[in-house]
Amino acid sequence: MTVHVRYFAALREALGAGETLDIAPGTTLAALRDALVARGGRHAEVLARTRAVRCALNQSMSDETAVVGEGAEVAFFPPVTGG
Amino acid sequence: MTVADRSPRVTIQSADFDLAAEVRALHALDHGVGAVASFVGTVRDRHAPDAAGGVSLMELEHYPGMTEIAIEAMIDAAHQRFDIRAARVIHRVGVLQPSEQIVLVAVASAHRGMAFQACEFLMDYLKTQAPFWKKETTPAGAQWVDARVADDAALARWGLTANNAAGTAP
Repeated sequence: MTVHVRYFAALREALGAGETLDIAPGTTLAALRDALVARGGRHAEVLARTRAVRCALNQSMSDETAVVGEGAEVAFFPPVTGG
Repeated sequence: MTVADRSPRVTIQSADFDLAAEVRALHALDHGVGAVASFVGTVRDRHAPDAAGGVSLMELEHYPGMTEIAIEAMIDAAHQRFDIRAARVIHRVGVLQPSEQIVLVAVASAHRGMAFQACEFLMDYLKTQAPFWKKETTPAGAQWVDARVADDAALARWGLTANNAAGTAP
């Protein structure tokens, strides 16, 4: 099934604005992040478990245990620094 | 119908804003308002009060769509927690210079206590939960600003847990 991944701030600079991925039903945000890390290169660097990365699922802050549904919009980004 | 039902509560824009006009709009049509508290955040030219200046530009990036949803939810939470009559949040994005206005939070209520509290609550919430990112340009180059653990602690005072800055430098 298809999901849309978006990146912001330092992650956007490293990986681009986003991409569309084909993933298995039942995939969690954690598993999706791990799959991106497994690609190696810049993905492995900026999404590494040692990095502070936050995520959103369908435009709502989410923890990585959430399961990603068909057509979902997933976003990975650094801790927020607005205000 | 209150002012909050008729006017936009959240605006993300590159243009500057007029504090006096926003405050006026918040209470002009609601004569039950007896207090308006407002907060304006501005661009500093240094990280810490005693640090040398050097930030020549600040760029603000956001997550269009999610930003508005997140701040609307914060205002709903403020209405549930505090006896307030209206709230307004404006956050600028794009390239800003030192001393420019970044963010406005204004809250109207019958009496001052609720307006002060809700204004601070909204700012604390926004700092850790709204998807904005700051990048500072200094003579050494451009660098993304680190999240602060102190901002998570500020939200904790309201009984809300934030882990925005967890795993980053203090």
